Amino acid sequence: MLKDKDRIFQNLYNDSGADIESAKLRNDWNGTKEILEKGREWIINEVKSSELRGRGGAGFPTGLKWSFAPKEVGSRPHYLVINADESEPGTCKDRDILRFEPHKLIEGCLIASYAVNAHKCYIYIRGEYFNEGQKLQTAIDEAYKNNLIGKNALNSGWDLDIYIHYGAGAYICGEETALLESLEGKKGQPRLKPPFPALIGLYGCPTIINNVETVAAVPTILRRGAKWFSSLGRPKNTGTKIYCISGNVNNPCNVEEEMGVPLKELIETHAGGVVGGWDNLKAVIPGGSSMPMLPKEICDNMKMDFDECVENKTGLGTAGIVVINNDQDIIKCMARIARFYKHESCGQCTPCREGSGWMWRMLERMAAGEATPDEVDMLFDVTKQIEGHTICAFGEGSSWPVQGLIRHFKDEILERNKFDPLVKKQKNIPYLVDQHLLEKENA
Amino acid sequence: MSIKKIHKEQPDTFQFNDKSMAAANKIISNYPDGKQQSAVMALLYIAQRQNDNWIPLQAMKYIAKFLDMPYIKVYEVATFYSMYNLSPVGKYFFQVCTTTPCMLRGAYDLVKVCKNKISEKENVLSDDGKISWMEVECLGACVNAPMMQVNEHYYEDLNDKKLEEIIETIYQNKDPKPGSYSGRINAEPVNNRKTLLGNKNA
Repeated sequence: MLKDKDRIFQNLYNDSGADIESAKLRNDWNGTKEILEKGREWIINEVKSSELRGRGGAGFPTGLKWSFAPKEVGSRPHYLVINADESEPGTCKDRDILRFEPHKLIEGCLIASYAVNAHKCYIYIRGEYFNEGQKLQTAIDEAYKNNLIGKNALNSGWDLDIYIHYGAGAYICGEETALLESLEGKKGQPRLKPPFPALIGLYGCPTIINNVETVAAVPTILRRGAKWFSSLGRPKNTGTKIYCISGNVNNPCNVEEEMGVPLKELIETHAGGVVGGWDNLKAVIPGGSSMPMLPKEICDNMKMDFDECVENKTGLGTAGIVVINNDQDIIKCMARIARFYKHESCGQCTPCREGSGWMWRMLERMAAGEATPDEVDMLFDVTKQIEGHTICAFGEGSSWPVQGLIRHFKDEILERNKFDPLVKKQKNIPYLVDQHLLEKENA
Repeated sequence: MSIKKIHKEQPDTFQFNDKSMAAANKIISNYPDGKQQSAVMALLYIAQRQNDNWIPLQAMKYIAKFLDMPYIKVYEVATFYSMYNLSPVGKYFFQVCTTTPCMLRGAYDLVKVCKNKISEKENVLSDDGKISWMEVECLGACVNAPMMQVNEHYYEDLNDKKLEEIIETIYQNKDPKPGSYSGRINAEPVNNRKTLLGNKNA
């Protein structure tokens, strides 16, 4: 288990309060000016050599992303945007940072904006986190009052203004270009890439977008050194991460652990074990709902980091671990996730807009045992038609979990769905009819 | 799913009151000159709060003029995002999360209670007109599942009995207390905390 002194988020459970005095006791804002004085190059190189990877799901190296920002500010100003639109089912880590460690985030914003030459920083918070946003606003006001941000922040000669922008309940706005559209006051529909936001982003200006946890970890990394951070975990998968363990466990919780911690240790030690014991485990979704699930055999020995997850044909994503035990109907669980994606698709690309609904309705029928055996292959084909044929990664996010279900639990689906319309002619069961739309008015 | 049906009875006029006007002007100043369109989401939200938690068409027209942008663009935004109610909702607006992590821990028990105690159908006011409810997608408190949101506040670690108590409290004209209902603090593991114990005891 990670030692307490190596945990970045010391106030994850709000033992000591989120105000500035308590935050300073936890070493926040300690030597920030000296860090800034070491210069842009040093900051970016230090973040690069710490091998910090973005904590928002894709795992892109943060130092590299910062180095994409133009070195000199041209006619267009630079922007820093913090993505706090946390809506991935199974993930609730940013919420605790916003409400209990806001000063880590604000300090991170100052350092990051200095590194990428931005004088304005927008924090995009999902609209449901209204109270969390208010707490962050209080912390921002405190920081202004103490001259930690604002004009000539910390007497370093750097100006920084931080603004909060609330979302309004759209999952897709967690996608970085959709977030920019939303920030510009439009529908949250992703943009084509390239051009990448680092060159043409918010209002057509160079924009760097980072997840809350990434930015909040940066000050501690720079204070304690890249060496310390990269000594945790293994190469390319360094540091610590907040894991959210939810679902059928005895003590669901958020916990900060080292990268590469065994999945079994996380569930058994921190979350009090699976309800009904480890043998009652059916499957685990390791990285928020858009990552494929894993059956128990793989979970027994799996370590939680980016590369090992990829080796097991899944992804670390946001490290929102959803545990499903044998008491649950796994097909129904996946059908519910498919409904989530159907609801949240922005409707811009046809494969995703139509396909997400098809997947949901097919899975609902499979859960009810009304599908034919060959529809399982048809469903798999649909997922392949969506994946890679959309502007943003939502297509992958909605089709991967279904692929995971078919990959590991195909036998179970086939066992339940033996109905063959040509042989038995059970006319009361509709075949390829949109039953759910008929049943549910608001669908 | 959200209420995207435009309400049949629309008010004839809409105007920001002084409080809303001050809030709106403050938010517009957050954005660069000429980019006031960015404030449209916040302004819609302000209008919604002013108008008993729903947005009439007149408010969209008003905001369009206010921000000097086409009405259709405001309409697009108001219908795209799920947090804008285009029809009236209860004074206490229950949003029960039923996405998989909550479902695994019994979110549909909560839905059953809502059906029994509030109204058979989603988005229909209760008999005394105080409460309405609907199912929503993930609210981002999966570790505290099952949970729901009432207006701005989260109610976490619920079960059917506790939800019944909350509804009873409202029927007795009192505000229920937000937060966790299992007695735990925030997102820590109940009775099983193994990390940061030094801070806890400090």
